[in-house]
Amino acid sequence: MQVYMDNNATTMVDPEVLEAMIPYFKEQYGNPNSLHKFGTASHPAISKAIDQAYTAINAADEDDIIFTSCATESNNWVLQSVWIDKILNGDKNHIVTTEIEHPSVLSTCKFLEDQGVKVTYLPVNEQGVVEAHTVRSFITEKTALVSVMWANNETGMIFPIQEIGEICKEKEVLFHTDGVQAVGKIPVDMQAVNVDFMSMSAHKFHGPKGIGALYIKNSQELSPLLHGGEHMGGRRSGTLNVPFIVGMGKAMELATTDMEAKMAAIRAKRDRLEDALLEAIPETFTVGDRDNRTPNTILISIRGVEGEGMLWDLNNGQIGASTGSACASEDLEANTVMLAIGADNELAHTGIRLSLSRFTTDEEVDYVINHFKDAVSRLRAISSSYAKVQPTPGGEVQECELHH
Amino acid sequence: MAKNDILGDSLWDAYSDKVTTLMNNPQHQGEITEEEAASHGNKLIVADFGAESCGDAVRLYWEIDPKTDKIVNSKFKSFGCGTAIASSDVMTELCIGKTVQEAVKITNIDVELALRDTPDVPAVPPQKMHCSVMAYDVIKKAAGLYMGVDAESFEEEIIVCECARVSLGTLQEVIRLNDLTTIEQITDYTKAGGFCKSCIKPGGHEAREYYLVDILADTRKQMDEEKMAAAADAGASGDFEGMTLVQQIKAIDAVIDESVRQFLVMDGGDMEVIDIKNSDEYIDVYIRYLGACNGCASSSTGTLYAIESTLKEKLSSKIRVLPI
Ligand SMILES: Cc1ncc(COP(=O)(O)O)c(C=O)c1O
Ligand code: FES
Repeated sequence: MQVYMDNNATTMVDPEVLEAMIPYFKEQYGNPNSLHKFGTASHPAISKAIDQAYTAINAADEDDIIFTSCATESNNWVLQSVWIDKILNGDKNHIVTTEIEHPSVLSTCKFLEDQGVKVTYLPVNEQGVVEAHTVRSFITEKTALVSVMWANNETGMIFPIQEIGEICKEKEVLFHTDGVQAVGKIPVDMQAVNVDFMSMSAHKFHGPKGIGALYIKNSQELSPLLHGGEHMGGRRSGTLNVPFIVGMGKAMELATTDMEAKMAAIRAKRDRLEDALLEAIPETFTVGDRDNRTPNTILISIRGVEGEGMLWDLNNGQIGASTGSACASEDLEANTVMLAIGADNELAHTGIRLSLSRFTTDEEVDYVINHFKDAVSRLRAISSSYAKVQPTPGGEVQECELHH
Repeated sequence: MAKNDILGDSLWDAYSDKVTTLMNNPQHQGEITEEEAASHGNKLIVADFGAESCGDAVRLYWEIDPKTDKIVNSKFKSFGCGTAIASSDVMTELCIGKTVQEAVKITNIDVELALRDTPDVPAVPPQKMHCSVMAYDVIKKAAGLYMGVDAESFEEEIIVCECARVSLGTLQEVIRLNDLTTIEQITDYTKAGGFCKSCIKPGGHEAREYYLVDILADTRKQMDEEKMAAAADAGASGDFEGMTLVQQIKAIDAVIDESVRQFLVMDGGDMEVIDIKNSDEYIDVYIRYLGACNGCASSSTGTLYAIESTLKEKLSSKIRVLPI
């Protein structure tokens, strides 16, 4: 058996989605901008995808949902265009975001800082969530934009988007949310919140990679990131990626119809997995209240077991999981989310993320429970954290000074 | 970046088979107790390096025969990724049978070499090179404990890049001899900075005492100062007249850089040396004014006088400066 438990990184394309896409590679490959029937033949399918997208997030007809190449593009678009519109060509100079956004937001903010923009990176509490009052206290007269994710990719923790939206409305500040980990996992109702811009990505909910979207409330002003042939009303140029738009629409529909039931089923498996691991393995803990977490995500810390070593053993057991921590990433940094929530430094290197999907089965959950336990036993047997013989006097180590 | 870097490395695929095998099945993982060592009439040394909070920690056990200083048995415990475990395993392997004095000579390079499948293919990707450095550090610590000296005392020179084991002295020399001006060149010449990158500048994986950026800047500064001094010496010893034309231009440039240019630049101007003509009586230096100097009233009076007298004083009293 092999088990994929890394659905927050990406998901399998639902076979129904793939099926819906195929005709637009084969028979109906026309450019929808063309006047002839080869071009217009795809219009009904695109309209349907647009409808599916609007329904899935309950967007109003006055709002825009613009297809992009990925959520990274959507995030860049909002941040860079707000900078151009409100800072370079306006009287603002400040952006508020959080310290645990996805790199597509954080790196863009760093880039804007290099261009002279002031950026505030809000801290999170021990649950890994930004509190609404914290957002309020950092908004100034000069703030152009607040950008706070709806749900975090590492912990699954859900942010108070409703409350932050109210604050932004009251303070007359634009509000962007990276909704990548929320859409398709929890109810997202754009008419129930005050959000100006929301980024989405199809491959996180069983759609294809390489297509995303940006929701824009009331079709309001936002300079384009990609200039060109006036596609999608000139908001985002580039020949429409018809099969992928069709696939994204279908994936949004599948993810959001009967969402309550689908999510309850995933959550039941997730909770069973989480309970079993916490019970079977001493000195472990998971991050964040389950009730305020996306129903598919577990971030578990295992004392004495380094994250990449654990991933290695899981991989040997045919299980794909992930860690944002330590050695696994190029830059050898500690897990920033773990550090941000104020977990002990030690735990910054022991986090393992398991993320399920609606395709995860009970057998897979059982399989993971068993292998997880075995991997922990093997690695703890090697671990210096569990060694009994103590160092010769003088041979101890003071607290680590790395990873400041 | 280029074609081969577009996809990026798959970290684990870059590990040697030996790393993989030892990670899956380390040979010397375990502990040695005080009682066990004592029962053989041996001494036990246990040393830690790193910490969980760094993401890497290792504990090294040595059972030493006090009569011969020989390490008769060695084990390790490790909190770390695959390469950390494999490096620790090979390290203990390398220690067994050596005397403590011999063991301190084992470096991280030896550990990495021992992990290779074939002699010329690295065992781990560059960013993992650092794992074997820990092995080296913990050995020094254990040896220090046994011999009752500070671990630092085993280091004969100042190592700036631990991954590539390049010393301060080597770096300074390479920069000078090859006239290096960038960090990339330093990495090309010495491999320093090519691995975990901690040694390049502050803010990396690990805090350092010396960084390549500072060493480069300091060495370049020294080189410039020496050039000045050489130019000044040449003037003082009356050698200027005996120099080749190229040497003369360099010497003049050096003096202008040091004492003249800053004043011109302050007023938005600059100058360049066009030509030098040596005769028995004079050395004529033809210059051209640039920027704001060009056409400035004082460029043929006060400024010119200042340039000429500086060159006269520093290089040769025969110099005449002629603007064109
Ligand atoms: C929270 C979050 N934002 C943005 C992205 C980027 O999405 P994409 O891969 O579509 O650029 C991801 C996924 O990698 C994510 O988890
Ligand atoms: S210390 Fe690791 S590259 Fe220099």
